[in-house]
Amino acid sequence: MTPSDYEYLRKILKEHSGLDLSADKQYLIESRLLPLSRKSGLSGIDELVQKMKGGSSSITAQVVEAMTTNETFFFRDKVPFDHFRNSIMPEILQARASRRSVRIWCAAGSTGQEPYSLAMSLKEMGAALAGWRVEIIATDISPEVLEKSRAGLYSQFEVQRGLPIQMLVKYFKQTGELWQINAEIRAMVQHRQLNLLQDFSQLGVFDVIFCRNVLIYFDQDTKIDIFNRLAKVTAPDGFLVLGAAETVVGLTEVFKPYPERRGVYRPNDLRAASPRVPAVGAIAPKTLAVAGLRP
Amino acid sequence: MRTCLVVDDSAVVRKIARRILEGLGFQIVEAEDGEKALEVCKRGLPDAVLLDWNMPVMDGYEFLGHLRRMPGGDQPKVVFCTTEHDLAHIKRALNAGANEYIMKPFDKDIVAAKFQEVGLIEVAAPE
Repeated sequence: MTPSDYEYLRKILKEHSGLDLSADKQYLIESRLLPLSRKSGLSGIDELVQKMKGGSSSITAQVVEAMTTNETFFFRDKVPFDHFRNSIMPEILQARASRRSVRIWCAAGSTGQEPYSLAMSLKEMGAALAGWRVEIIATDISPEVLEKSRAGLYSQFEVQRGLPIQMLVKYFKQTGELWQINAEIRAMVQHRQLNLLQDFSQLGVFDVIFCRNVLIYFDQDTKIDIFNRLAKVTAPDGFLVLGAAETVVGLTEVFKPYPERRGVYRPNDLRAASPRVPAVGAIAPKTLAVAGLRP
Repeated sequence: MRTCLVVDDSAVVRKIARRILEGLGFQIVEAEDGEKALEVCKRGLPDAVLLDWNMPVMDGYEFLGHLRRMPGGDQPKVVFCTTEHDLAHIKRALNAGANEYIMKPFDKDIVAAKFQEVGLIEVAAPE
């Protein structure tokens, strides 16, 4: 790949997705784009860049998609899901006891492992959530990735990383070589295409936002902008969960670390803790009374 | 150092498993069938068993039954590692007291994830 092709790809990726590649990520581009060029019947990255420069928006979209799809697996890193189960949800069960609803956003839902891990965790809570309205919104920039998430179909390799075997037995069906997560769990998750660079206030307000392993790809100003906008859609007593390599510290004051809960943050201004009512139903009000959560 | 008994009739699989598990900090003992594995266990119980299903002389399922009936035999964490991929086999294994289940082929990530799952290794500190 020529230096000028690399610079061109960096610029396009920055403009279209906010992805901020440093000067030494040639290997990443090659590992992601060579398969794409092959799939598209092109000789290599130089030809791919030519097509992009020639105005092929479909190739450009595929390049952005290939570069922004991140590795994910069930219960990735484990600890955030322990916090979700042991700290976050118990607080929400108390704080929302009268309203009995919880809204969760997976802001980089990718191929579904994270939203479905949260859905399974909630399902495991059983009777505690009986009669609650539970919404899990999974968003991702990539339509192809969202399609995979919706289908809930995973390879044998994918279901063996992070997913306890008891959960596989309990929540998946075997279909040929693949494993599909049960319809009941799938129905707990709504999917939306969304670019975090664009306005997301229409999603409404959330009690919990998982935004993991996506902000690391953005430059500092973009991160700050996203944090500020995330704060506006986080309930005053809500939670933000970031990836292990991510933090708000040194970037913004709108969130503060939740003591002793690594990766968990809370809005900094708790003065208005109760009156702000989340805009339930700002999303297509396909009711997720989640039959499965009834005992 | 924690010990792991690797039970598989394929020397190649045992060798791959040994390399992975040694990398995870285990001391390895190998056995090529269930009966030999049982002899090892009678001399001293390992902390973990990575267990193939289909083997000559005594298969992994039968071995697991014997192991769980031994004094202290409920202690070792048993992780099946087999080409039997269907739900029926997995359920049978869990009912017989298996702690985890790996569907071959496997790699280091899968072994590490499964051993982590049953508490045999610590959750890796995220980078």
